[in-house]
Amino acid sequence: MLELAFPPAFILILGALLIAVARPGMRPVLVLAAPLLTLWAIWQLPDGVLMTVGFLGYPIELVEASPVRRLFATAFAIMAFAGGLFGLRQAKWQETAASYAYAAGAVGVSFAGDLITFFLFWEFMALFSTVVIWCGGTDAARRAGVRYALMHLVGGVILKIGIEGVMIHTGSIDVRPLVLDNFDTWVVLIGVLINAAAPPISAWLADAYPEGSPFGSVFLTAFTTKTAVLALILLFPGAQVLIWIGLYMVFYGIIYALLENDMRRILAYSIVNQVGFMVCAVGIGTQMAINGAAAHAFAHIIYKALLMMSAGAVLYQTGKRKCTDLGGLYQSMPITTLCGIVGALAISAFPFTSGFISKSMISQAAADQQMVWVWYLLTAASAGVFLHAGIKFPWFVFFQKDSGLRPADPPWNMRAAMILFAVACIAIGCFPGLLYSLLPYPVDYQPYTGEHLVSQFQLLLFAGLAFFVMLPAMQRTLTISLDLDWTYRMLLPRLAGWVERIWVALMELIDTRWQRSGRPLVERLTRWSEPGGALARTSPIGSMALWVTVILVLVVALAQRG
Amino acid sequence: MSAPDQPANAPATPWLSRPANIRRLWWAFAAILLASVLAQALVHMHAYFDFDGWFGFNAAFGFLSCVGMVLFAKALGFFLKRREDYYSAAAEAKERRDDA
Repeated sequence: MLELAFPPAFILILGALLIAVARPGMRPVLVLAAPLLTLWAIWQLPDGVLMTVGFLGYPIELVEASPVRRLFATAFAIMAFAGGLFGLRQAKWQETAASYAYAAGAVGVSFAGDLITFFLFWEFMALFSTVVIWCGGTDAARRAGVRYALMHLVGGVILKIGIEGVMIHTGSIDVRPLVLDNFDTWVVLIGVLINAAAPPISAWLADAYPEGSPFGSVFLTAFTTKTAVLALILLFPGAQVLIWIGLYMVFYGIIYALLENDMRRILAYSIVNQVGFMVCAVGIGTQMAINGAAAHAFAHIIYKALLMMSAGAVLYQTGKRKCTDLGGLYQSMPITTLCGIVGALAISAFPFTSGFISKSMISQAAADQQMVWVWYLLTAASAGVFLHAGIKFPWFVFFQKDSGLRPADPPWNMRAAMILFAVACIAIGCFPGLLYSLLPYPVDYQPYTGEHLVSQFQLLLFAGLAFFVMLPAMQRTLTISLDLDWTYRMLLPRLAGWVERIWVALMELIDTRWQRSGRPLVERLTRWSEPGGALARTSPIGSMALWVTVILVLVVALAQRG
Repeated sequence: MSAPDQPANAPATPWLSRPANIRRLWWAFAAILLASVLAQALVHMHAYFDFDGWFGFNAAFGFLSCVGMVLFAKALGFFLKRREDYYSAAAEAKERRDDA
């Protein structure tokens, strides 16, 4: 173990900076080395607060390690590596550098021991994720990036208000469980939930993430929402309200993904869906539930990135992203198809994939707590995941009709990144001990029982049957679905338009009134006081004396009478 | 399973697109579905609550909840679906107004 704890996030930041200044030939080396070095540094950190500096009288704990923090940071570093590999020779260096800075923010949040460090890395993520979206390079990406940035800057301000309240009222800036019994902690919760894409602020995710480049989108799936899950685990474990927020997210993701035509937007909605499972688990709050949330976050980062890579590979090779334009790609993109299917099975929690061993812990936690409704809803949602992501994504992209497209599999580095994560999904699923040994609490759970296998197979296979039976009702249409972002993309601009029109009309009215009566009055007053006007003329001293005499006489007369 | 339409100029029908094979896949799928339900007789299931212990509960629940979700999404689609250029058309219209 190292005595000096160097913040692992700084390695990635350094990597991002070096990528910018390095010779083009050196860049791939840096891209691959920076996340691996970060991963190594993460595993050198012993538990506890490792680095404290004073700042404005506050103890800033740049590095505080614990099993759950290390688990998330590990996932982020692995993710950065695979994302870097995926775009190794295709992504622009600016984009890779921004993506690494974004990943560094996530690693920084993971180890933040105090709320100030936490907030700084949190905003660091908001900043560089916006740059990653802008690297999509299209006009739609520019617009979506601006909306994304506004949403996250507002979220950041809300979080800051909450943090300041906690600092002032408790005197402590420790990252530790907070109780939802006052304004400050509620505001912190709201600030964190905005990054988790919780209702009613869920729309930013499906709005912005699919606009990134094929490479940027892979990074975008991983960091923001999962650091929010970690923040919830650290700050609000067992907050009951999270159960219902999580359940809403789960079904929101399914319903919107079912309506969606853009393949990457389907995957974006399913991020909200999966994060919903984790948020719900944090709300349940038992050791089993927190283990489940952490394990599911880890598994999710890998399989969702895998899914987004397969979608990115299709986009990169065909330039198309709508289900209506795609189909039949399995014939010419076998590796991408296979990796996409592995990711789809993993997100559906199919036995022998990573999702199976992580998501089932969350359901188990609900059952252990005798939360009947929560359990039934989570089970229905598990079937729904297979429906909207597990089958829908691979079916409409790789099978379905023959679109006539015959793109080849993508270049070797993109294939390698996909295969790496596909193998990881299956390895974690087949050897759950790999992941369970990293969880925050001791695991007393056996996912592979006959009972569990049978019930999960039944659930998923019959969900699959429902998909094919209902297929006529699910044909893709060239549409988008309205969400609450309608309020700020349509309603507010319209209101602003109306206000502008009313303002203009009001100004015109004032102007005509002014022309009719105001201006003549002012002109008359001006004439009186301008040189030669009645009030500006110099009068002869004789008449002045005369008038003073008159006034004096009047005053004397009045005084006499009084 | 809906059979993909074969383009007229394609040299050979891919294995997965031949109607006979699609029929075979359906039979295989049906067999797997049946097996997954029958397997319940072989393992000891204990229910957490009430309905979840019924024979074939997960099969029925998985199927019905998915049908329900598809129908719900379809119904919601009537209110929420808009043309793809809904926002971009509005933005362009505004830009035109601003230019004018």
